[in-house]
Amino acid sequence: MTTAQDEDLLAGFEATLARHERIEPRDWMPERYRRTLVRQIAQHAHSEIIGMQPEGNWITRAPSLRRKAILLAKVQDEAGHGLYLYSACETLGTSRRELTEMLISGKQKYSSIFNYPTLSYADVGTIGWLVDGAAICNQVPLCRTSYGPYGRSMIRICKEESFHQRQGFELLATMMRGSDEQRAMVQESVDRFWWPALMMFGPPDAESPNTAQSMAWGIKRDTNDELRQKFVDMSVPQARALGVTLPDPDLVWNQERGHHDFAQPDWEEFAAVVAGGGPCNAQRVAHRREAHENGAWVREAAAAFAARQFPVAEEPAPASASKPPQEQEQERES
Amino acid sequence: MTPADDFHDSAYDGLLDHHTVADDSQWAFGTEFEDPLAGVDTTVPAGEDPHALAAYCLMIGDDALVNAHRLSEWCSRAPDLEEDIALANIALDLLGQARLLLARAATASPDVVPPLPPGSPVPPEDALAFFRDDAAFRNVRLVEGDNGDFAVTIVRLLLFSTWRLALLERLQSSRDQVLAAVAAKGVKEVTYHRDYAARWFLTLSRGTEESRSRVLAGLDAVWRFHDELFVPTRIEASLADSGVGVDPATVAEEVAGLLDEVFSVSGVDRPDLPQVGAVAGGRGRDGRHTEAFSHLLAEMQSVARAHPSGRW
Repeated sequence: MTTAQDEDLLAGFEATLARHERIEPRDWMPERYRRTLVRQIAQHAHSEIIGMQPEGNWITRAPSLRRKAILLAKVQDEAGHGLYLYSACETLGTSRRELTEMLISGKQKYSSIFNYPTLSYADVGTIGWLVDGAAICNQVPLCRTSYGPYGRSMIRICKEESFHQRQGFELLATMMRGSDEQRAMVQESVDRFWWPALMMFGPPDAESPNTAQSMAWGIKRDTNDELRQKFVDMSVPQARALGVTLPDPDLVWNQERGHHDFAQPDWEEFAAVVAGGGPCNAQRVAHRREAHENGAWVREAAAAFAARQFPVAEEPAPASASKPPQEQEQERES
Repeated sequence: MTPADDFHDSAYDGLLDHHTVADDSQWAFGTEFEDPLAGVDTTVPAGEDPHALAAYCLMIGDDALVNAHRLSEWCSRAPDLEEDIALANIALDLLGQARLLLARAATASPDVVPPLPPGSPVPPEDALAFFRDDAAFRNVRLVEGDNGDFAVTIVRLLLFSTWRLALLERLQSSRDQVLAAVAAKGVKEVTYHRDYAARWFLTLSRGTEESRSRVLAGLDAVWRFHDELFVPTRIEASLADSGVGVDPATVAEEVAGLLDEVFSVSGVDRPDLPQVGAVAGGRGRDGRHTEAFSHLLAEMQSVARAHPSGRW
């Protein structure tokens, strides 16, 4: 391919972005855009899958049949989100299998919030309210992200996440109407999760090296600090409605700015958790690796059975002849 | 960006207007089912003993509840994401059946509900699930043991769902309107469970050498609880006579035929193994359980029991 053709393709790509239209899997895209997307979507998918563990920890102990059903359905939704996102990654040429390998070998990350333990049933509610709430702040802008399959996955995911967030809030509100022990349990849980929730938006803008490029490509729409501010402003009235105290003595409304002032989380702790030194990093990855390895014989059996049942599927000629012309063309391009 | 996208920016709207989510009834297992039997006629059928009806509802309700507990343990541990989702679905279906059946037991005969401190907001079906001791549970022993590997789980699910579907199909014509309605809902659900289990049983039996040997080991572990499924208690026999319940002995032949079909396509022989015996003359339905069961209950009931006046 000549340089002039390269430049044409790049100009076309940039024009699509400038018109705020979607890049689709069949469109040409710069390699670095593809790599950045795979990294970001994979990290998001891994977060959904690892995120099943802290709440899954309480499914067998949920204190009412109604809460048990809500929690199990929620954790199941997270598996579904992981599925959509791995599928979106596959449209960029990276398989679920490769991504899983990268997760369990520690080559790819997931959201650090899931490296904190869930220590009481109130944590189920707090994760819904604060963690899913922070995730929504991060994810809603991604519904308009430039890559089509990612943006469309995010629309569905955000709808479900916002439902989870309200369920979490409702659990906490219900517990706050219960016994003194339950109210203390909610407050203690909020005390533990507030700062890690603030960390979910990533380091301050001044220390976030990837933000500028991701914003130029339309992959990211708001800076870390903008989203963090939005989250704090949203959470304060909700905390008041619940009757819990957010554990930040510096948290105060700033009339001039029209926003709340608040203290920064401990960024050294954040760096340590990202580097593997959180309370549950090793446990979370070991759990996933164990599930994956224990399931290997089942996946092999299914593949062996399918190969014997449908041997024709392995012959490429008749399969591709029956595809519509559009798809054949796509295959030639790749 | 389309106007529809703006909608998602308002994820927090409405959160403060109402602290409950009363408008979310469209969600499966949604948030508003304070009274699981709301709007249902819970009159005990004429001439029926309410105690017997309650005991019967506990039997088939506990079967579902305990199996749902074991299946839910697979969450985040299944061989692949699709299986994680499927097993959670099955657990959710059974949990839903359990909730209705325990609520039915409580409305038929409130004295089966364990006493709680005065003013406790715990609803009766939760009191039954979380505050009964092991000997008061009426489930069969098949559903109690550890999950084992995926093969053990599939074999157990195949046996359980084939048996339960046969029971629920007959229960649809129960003289008790609640049981009939629960059964009609359950038939659709358990038809899928049986299909899921049978397809995996076939796949694993005819997959690899390893998967086949694991299925055979799974059969060896599970089949010992087979015969108990078809032994009627006096309550089941009497409710069957009055057209309210089903005598499990009457579904034995149908279940055997269906399982033989699955065994046949899978190239597996029907096991011929010694069966677990009675304990002091009693089985699961009589409150005589396995050693594993009280561990399961200790876990399941731990949070609820720590807060007998808790509001969840």
